[in-house]
Amino acid sequence: MPPSVVLVTGVSRQLGGDLAARLAADPSIDRVLGVDTTPPSRDTRRRMGRAEFVRVDIRNPLIGKVISTAKVDTVVHASLSGHPSAAGGRSMMMEMNVIGTMQLLAACQKSDTVGRLVVRSTTSVYGASPRDPATFTESTEPKALPPGGYAKDAVEIEGYVRSFSRRRPDIPVTTLRFVNFIGPRADTAFAHYFALPVVPMVLGFDARVQLLHHEDAVAVLERATTHDLPGVFNVGADGVLMLSQAIRRAGRVALPIPEPLVPWVGRVTRRARLVDFSPEQMRLLNYGRVVDTTKLKTEFGFEPRWTTVQAFDDFVAGRALRPVVDTDRVVGVGESIARGAAHYLPARIRGEEPAALEAAQDQTPALAPVR
Amino acid sequence: MGEADVIPLHGPGGRPRPRPTPRRRSLVPPPAETPPEPEETPAASLPAVPAPSGPSELERTVTEVAAFLRRRLAGRYTVDEFGFDPDLNENVILPTLRPLYERWFRVETIGVENVPAEGGALLVANHSGTLPLDALMTVVATHDDLPTPRNLRMLAADLVFGLPGAGALARKAGHTLACSPDAEALLGDGELVGVWPEGFKGIGKAYADRYKLQRFGRGGFVSAALRTGVPIIPCSIVGAEEIYPKIGDLGPIARLLGVPYFPITPTWPLLGPLGLVPLPSKWYIEFGEPIRTDEYEPGAADDPMLVFNLTDQVRENIQQTLYRLLSGRRNAFLG
Repeated sequence: MPPSVVLVTGVSRQLGGDLAARLAADPSIDRVLGVDTTPPSRDTRRRMGRAEFVRVDIRNPLIGKVISTAKVDTVVHASLSGHPSAAGGRSMMMEMNVIGTMQLLAACQKSDTVGRLVVRSTTSVYGASPRDPATFTESTEPKALPPGGYAKDAVEIEGYVRSFSRRRPDIPVTTLRFVNFIGPRADTAFAHYFALPVVPMVLGFDARVQLLHHEDAVAVLERATTHDLPGVFNVGADGVLMLSQAIRRAGRVALPIPEPLVPWVGRVTRRARLVDFSPEQMRLLNYGRVVDTTKLKTEFGFEPRWTTVQAFDDFVAGRALRPVVDTDRVVGVGESIARGAAHYLPARIRGEEPAALEAAQDQTPALAPVR
Repeated sequence: MGEADVIPLHGPGGRPRPRPTPRRRSLVPPPAETPPEPEETPAASLPAVPAPSGPSELERTVTEVAAFLRRRLAGRYTVDEFGFDPDLNENVILPTLRPLYERWFRVETIGVENVPAEGGALLVANHSGTLPLDALMTVVATHDDLPTPRNLRMLAADLVFGLPGAGALARKAGHTLACSPDAEALLGDGELVGVWPEGFKGIGKAYADRYKLQRFGRGGFVSAALRTGVPIIPCSIVGAEEIYPKIGDLGPIARLLGVPYFPITPTWPLLGPLGLVPLPSKWYIEFGEPIRTDEYEPGAADDPMLVFNLTDQVRENIQQTLYRLLSGRRNAFLG
């Protein structure tokens, strides 16, 4: 059953805005409402087309009024934020994430028009530790619960969503646990991180990185909005990149940092507004995180168009990242030096054709004086 | 087990078979599951070097090393979801271990035909030696001495993955955390998985207890094999007990460092870093006959009695093989 009136939260940020634009382009949907605390940028607004923007804080009970007057039947809660500085500080981010969700869920529970709820969550809810299995399925219990910040917000939000579906079992709820987004247009912490000329990583650790192309993320949200697909789903692309490998593919230079200094470096890059990694996301750089997406493919029926490697290469090409060091040339110079040196070594060390050596040996007795 | 057990001295394995001469391996990318990405030919960017009679072996090596470095520095290789990097394993990790395997411990393998050439299998071995060199040598054995080289995917303790350096390297070599989801995922994918169920009790036991198998964990490995229906291959390693004879344990220092034990050996910590050099004992690795698990009905993994019995069967098998190999050995260092 396609929805007729959709409400999307967090439209002023990229994912929500792109989703609203996609839904607005779908003629089977009557009305698309986008809400956020700040108006979307001019460019987003233009792309959103016929989607309407309502400036309302989801922490305010007013959101209930918006839902009831517009007779919203599908709510997409896409406003989960992991950027403290963009949200106006860590406590503000928590307010918006957790309290906002509570208010929104309260409004949905009261409403008799809402018939579908889609919640954006994150794979950060699994944490990252050396005691975790290599891949997380939707039912894996985290070994180390995220200590705070973004991941803790997501865990709490999922808790509220679960109790919401207990109270309103008639409303199908789709919870989507996304991995980090990447792509030429993706405006995420990861994208900023890989765009640094010298990329800090944790000394002695090399995380496995699973990414999702931004367009795939929007497509998944769109599918969840237009279909009844209740459940919790991991959303990530196929394949894995090692962090060091990704840095090399982007032509960046890795800077290994001893573990005790990592929080300090994180603070500096945050202050300098280079990368907005929250401290608990830094742990991801230690151990990495890979999720199992079998359920996404079989039950949800979505096959990501880009693999992790393709998505990352698309990001590198789209951002036109130039290699900091031309490694090919460096290796070429080293190779020609080695080749030149090899040329002056005696044949035996060079490992010349054994037949030639044997022939030389055969000749020796003939030349030797016979006694 | 009782002291008076009769130990068959010459089992089906017979005398250790000398290892086939190792083939010379070159720096070639291993066959990847995904088609390799197009690479520019390295020769294109090279200055023409006058070669009198075709490229010599050294020149070929230079070309191979350069191609390897290009591939690595550009990130043109694939890893699986466990972080296994076949390119690095084949060209860096295994060649580093090989001298230790061939020259230092002079490892001889017996019963290589018992390891299936393909499909999932669970290799279960005894653990010893203070540092897990026995596990690393088994990795080389299953790669070099089998008719078809296989990459042994080990299940390791979480301590390894928390260590800087070791954890990342272990992942790149294809090893993962010892837990049922990972074990079943690997076995289900048809991988050869290695497990050392004695864990720290085995590897950190005193020299006086050498070749006495400790408790075999809680049988988790048997459950994983039953669920995936793969054979269990008992693997007995002789020689690893003598590399670092542990004659004492500094418990307080171990607790301070957060490790299970801090060993004292005749050379460590007395001689400092020199104490890290393992004693050159002569090793034998015997692969026993596979124990099938696919004949049990589904749900057998949830029958604790069956799991315990199978665990004991594997343990007994390895213990008997160890005694047999030991009785055939004259000297720990000469074999």
